[in-house]
Amino acid sequence: MAIKGSIVVDTERCKGCGVCLGACPNQVIALSKNVNGKGYNYAEPIKDECIGCASCAMVCPDGVITVYKTKL
Amino acid sequence: MVFNQDIIKPENLVYKRTNVLTDAVMHYCPGCGHGTIHRVIAEVIEEMGIQDKAICIAPVGCSVLAYNYFNVDSQGAAHGRAPAIATAIQRLYPDNHVFTYQGDGDLAAIGTAETIHACNRGENIVIIFVNNGIYGMTGGQMAPTTLIGMKTATTPYGRSVELNGYPLQITELLAELPGTYYVTRQSVHTPAAVRKAKKAIRQAFENQKGKKGTSFVELVSNCNSGWKMTPVAANKWMEENMFPKYPVGDIKVNGEKVSK
Ligand SMILES: Cc1ncc(C[n+]2csc(CCOP(=O)(O)OP(=O)(O)O)c2C)c(N)n1
Ligand code: SF4
Ligand code: SF4
Ligand code: SF4
Ligand SMILES: [Mg+2]
Repeated sequence: MAIKGSIVVDTERCKGCGVCLGACPNQVIALSKNVNGKGYNYAEPIKDECIGCASCAMVCPDGVITVYKTKL
Repeated sequence: MVFNQDIIKPENLVYKRTNVLTDAVMHYCPGCGHGTIHRVIAEVIEEMGIQDKAICIAPVGCSVLAYNYFNVDSQGAAHGRAPAIATAIQRLYPDNHVFTYQGDGDLAAIGTAETIHACNRGENIVIIFVNNGIYGMTGGQMAPTTLIGMKTATTPYGRSVELNGYPLQITELLAELPGTYYVTRQSVHTPAAVRKAKKAIRQAFENQKGKKGTSFVELVSNCNSGWKMTPVAANKWMEENMFPKYPVGDIKVNGEKVSK
């Protein structure tokens, strides 16, 4: 059985601070080359290795990360 | 990009933004600890089911608009006077959960008298103290908590003892007062730190429920704009420079000083 996670970033509200990047044990998150309406390079998952630990969400000052997890 | 689209279902939800925060986009700079601290307080209020009983006393400082973000009753206070307002409201509504939210300029400079006397009276309030070592809102002037050598708008060559005195460890000072029941220092820059800070804030509100007296929670936090660093660099600088002067951990628990 494997634990699989997935995050959804509210990219319009993300401020691109980068604090979530270093919190992820699996380096799942990176800042996009694209910007949102406010001009911030928003955070996004770049690989399929999320374990749904919510570490990124814990440190996000703006609370824009939603986390899902399941056992497959 | 979204991976594992198929698991994004309500039954698999493990974390989402609490409804004890309003939908307003917080005006804080990217990566500012104020946002994280707001979130953690709001999550504790949600978990304790006290949203309708919580009353936030907002300060002057970057968090002056805190009442726009906490989805609870709130009252703005004049600069530094939050503990006085909190005293009045808590005495009028003894079963409510009155908490102040204050920066270091607010709590440890202009509001020193109100802070010390509310703690000395042992008011049954929760004081949340955000120590970022600077006056963030007004453009980064020296605060009482500014470190020796730290450059600010008013200490362009770095704070010096001769000119500016020593950094004020007001939290240790308040722990000496018999009115304080719980005094702790935490931070919110890593997932583990956030979990500990949340436990501490929960403890503070639980003490208040038990009418134990004043609970004081300091959060050492970054002001990345005022420090002129990126948010990630500011958090690292905070660990290396703020923590030696402001060490994280409990200072007073159940009315007893913690021996180090
Ligand atoms: C009576 C009064 N004096 C001075 C000011 C200017 N002022 C506004 S915010 C502030 C400092 C706030 O610093 P702090 O409490 O550390 O909050 P931060 O912005 O760092 O979170 C000052 C001096 C004011 N608004 N009112
Ligand atoms: S939930 Fe955990 S594993 Fe998934 S992106 Fe966030 S920090 Fe990384
Ligand atoms: S911590 Fe939050 S606001 Fe900052 S980059 Fe990550 S998702 Fe965006
Ligand atoms: S000025 Fe400093 S304390 Fe104020 S919002 Fe910006 S980073 Fe936060
Ligand atoms: Mg400050």
